[in-house]
Amino acid sequence: MRRRRTILSISPIVLAALVLTGCAGGDAQGGEEAQVSDDALVVYNAQHEQLTEEWVEAFTEETGIEVVLRHGSDSELANQLVAEGDASRADVFLTENSPAMSLVENAGLFAPVDQATLDLVPEQYRPSSGLWTGIAARSTVFVYNPELLDESELPDSLVDLADPAWKDRWGAAPGGADFQAIVSAMLELTGADATRSWLDGMHENATIYQNNIATMKAVNAGEVPGGVIYHYYWYRDQDGTRENSADTKLHYFGNADPGAFVSVSGGGVLKAGTRQDAAQQFLAFLAGEQGQTILGEGYSFEYPVASGIPAKAPLPALETLDAPLVDPTELNGPEVIDLMTEAGLL
Amino acid sequence: MLIPVGYVVATAIGLGWHELAPLVFRPRVGELLANTALLLVLGVPATIVLGVGGAWLVERTDLPARRFFAVLLVAPLAIPAFVSSYGWASAIPSINGLWGGVLVSTLAYSPLVYLPALATIRGLDPALEESARSLGLGPWAVFARVILPQLRLAILGGGLIVAMHLLAEYGAFAFIRFDTFTTAIVVAYQSTFAGSSAASLGVVLATLCLVLLVMEAGARGRARYARVGTGSPHPPSLARLGRAAPATVVALACLGIASTVVPLVNVVRWLGASDASAFAEIPAAAAQTALLAGGGALGAILVALPVAWLAARYPGRVSRALEAPYYLASSLPAIIVALALVTVTLRFVPAMYQTVVTVMAAYVVIFLPRALVPLRAGIAQVPESLEEAARSLGTSPLVARLRVTAPLLLPAVAAGAALVALGAANELTATLLLAPTGTRTLATQFWSAASAIDYPAAAPYAMLLVLSSIPAVALMFSHARGGRVR
Repeated sequence: MRRRRTILSISPIVLAALVLTGCAGGDAQGGEEAQVSDDALVVYNAQHEQLTEEWVEAFTEETGIEVVLRHGSDSELANQLVAEGDASRADVFLTENSPAMSLVENAGLFAPVDQATLDLVPEQYRPSSGLWTGIAARSTVFVYNPELLDESELPDSLVDLADPAWKDRWGAAPGGADFQAIVSAMLELTGADATRSWLDGMHENATIYQNNIATMKAVNAGEVPGGVIYHYYWYRDQDGTRENSADTKLHYFGNADPGAFVSVSGGGVLKAGTRQDAAQQFLAFLAGEQGQTILGEGYSFEYPVASGIPAKAPLPALETLDAPLVDPTELNGPEVIDLMTEAGLL
Repeated sequence: MLIPVGYVVATAIGLGWHELAPLVFRPRVGELLANTALLLVLGVPATIVLGVGGAWLVERTDLPARRFFAVLLVAPLAIPAFVSSYGWASAIPSINGLWGGVLVSTLAYSPLVYLPALATIRGLDPALEESARSLGLGPWAVFARVILPQLRLAILGGGLIVAMHLLAEYGAFAFIRFDTFTTAIVVAYQSTFAGSSAASLGVVLATLCLVLLVMEAGARGRARYARVGTGSPHPPSLARLGRAAPATVVALACLGIASTVVPLVNVVRWLGASDASAFAEIPAAAAQTALLAGGGALGAILVALPVAWLAARYPGRVSRALEAPYYLASSLPAIIVALALVTVTLRFVPAMYQTVVTVMAAYVVIFLPRALVPLRAGIAQVPESLEEAARSLGTSPLVARLRVTAPLLLPAVAAGAALVALGAANELTATLLLAPTGTRTLATQFWSAASAIDYPAAAPYAMLLVLSSIPAVALMFSHARGGRVR
């Protein structure tokens, strides 16, 4: 009897707690609705935040369409889109590399890109399916510290870096989508067995960093003689304070080597999105003259790929890099993750 | 509350042995296990030595400037570990790996042992020490044979909290290239979202936590430490450091420099280098942080009240059984709580997926003990007879509770809410995974700038995180000095 009374006398508190939590929940949701208005275009953005924010600012100014960004990494957001499926609020997906785009494409989540937008982009920078388009490009490079590595010692091919001679002499950031895209190109060009043994060699040889900038910084500080990164981190730092690259040089592999891989950054419209027109408009803006000019003239140093906009000086022209020919749709993200997990790099 | 625990169990069952085994028994997991184990084996004893030694020096010896050192030893608590790591990485750019991890985490977490040790030592009756001394023991022998055994609970409890922090920390270790299970889970999440690879690492990490909990419970033993009545202890007589005093002062000063001055000086140095644009987004981030942390604190208090009430007023097996899952869920690292909430909301309540409510729910799960502990103590201190007196005067039970007990509980509620809110404001991993599209908090903004090696842009956020932590640390310090064993 006494115990029952106890429970009864406590229940008002529990009830009050429930009511209050309900209220708090309601308020909070109200707050969120206010923040993401229903008309706003939702963009899942894996590109550099600063670049996309520059794009969005110009786009909103021109069209009056409000844009909300969700930032994340390529594979994270791609897998998230697949997991969300039709429940996703995303209208547009932007990446730094192609494998994440293929992942979403293979899950059947993209709506075809407007032909007029595709026409702005040369064929080699977009998938044949037309379900997404390239919006920018970046080149693989080998950044090195001339004090620790003589020009004559530079590797001829990315493949060489798995040799025992390169033990503890190079670094990379295998946890990031950038490096995973380079591996996906190697997988496409050399096959699974060769890639597997190369990754084993990398596990032996390479020092692992958190991202491209950390890798470059370590090379600059002489912690490691060389590193595999994308070109624009170096040019950006050179253009700015040079604090993370002053004592380094770039080596381009060329020769259609896997290490000369040029990765296409993609943009696509989600089929389940409720703002199709605005989404297509946004993509057309990115591939159009204005969007590509922001890319070509802004701080980013990524390569424009459409509307004939040239790269920012002093970047070497994209056509001169002698990159291997790879169809962006063929790049297999999930298999790369599995291989890298197997090799103990993830 | 049990969602994270359920998630781990369901994952283990759902993946099945055939899929789980190859993901768990592979060399990479072995490396992570070795790293994590070494971190615990080196880090936990180091924090215990620093924490207990520091507490004894400032409480029971004639150390010069004792009050100053008493504060200096708790100061690192106001610097989030990932900010401390950022400070060290900019002071010594090559800092990395196990030794870097042990250094940074030991300096950042030693106050977690120092505070309970301080509280316990202050509560000890000096008469015991004096009896020991009168029987011929020197100061070291008194420390080892009289004080240390009485500190057992504080050491075990503090050590357990340090161990849990070491398992859960992401930012501090990711920053200096030290891989633990938590950093590996975040990388796996970034590569595959909430897939089987992240989940299987989560199962191993959760198992590690459980092992630690059981070990601590086992080591606590059955010895009794209580005595009837607090008596009226007279001020303790202080052990003389004699010729060791200058060396001790220098050692403590070095510790303070390493744990507090190095991180702060670097934050201030970068603050000087950051341009005006770095400050532009601060108000928005601060407002969103306040909203999320405030909501989390409110939620934690509301969940904790009934549980604490039961535990304080009706102690017994039932209330203990009710309390246990809360502590269990809270001991899981934030990354697992976040993975669980991503998976569960996406699959079962998509409307809640990546909303403010889910972030707040995560904060409640992660930080609930911070609300439970002060509330339970607060409720226990309100005499039930006051309520009974009010009821004998004709008020109903509910009114009596609201008009008599509730006002007396306010300080405990405020303390609990402040501790939860400040924990939530510094939270990084769960916020990164769960925050609604467009949300930025001080911690996520700091992290995005710092991991892009944009040190100047990260500095204002680091400074704000430190400043906002100071009140909670002051609160914890004054509680510990109050002599109450928490």
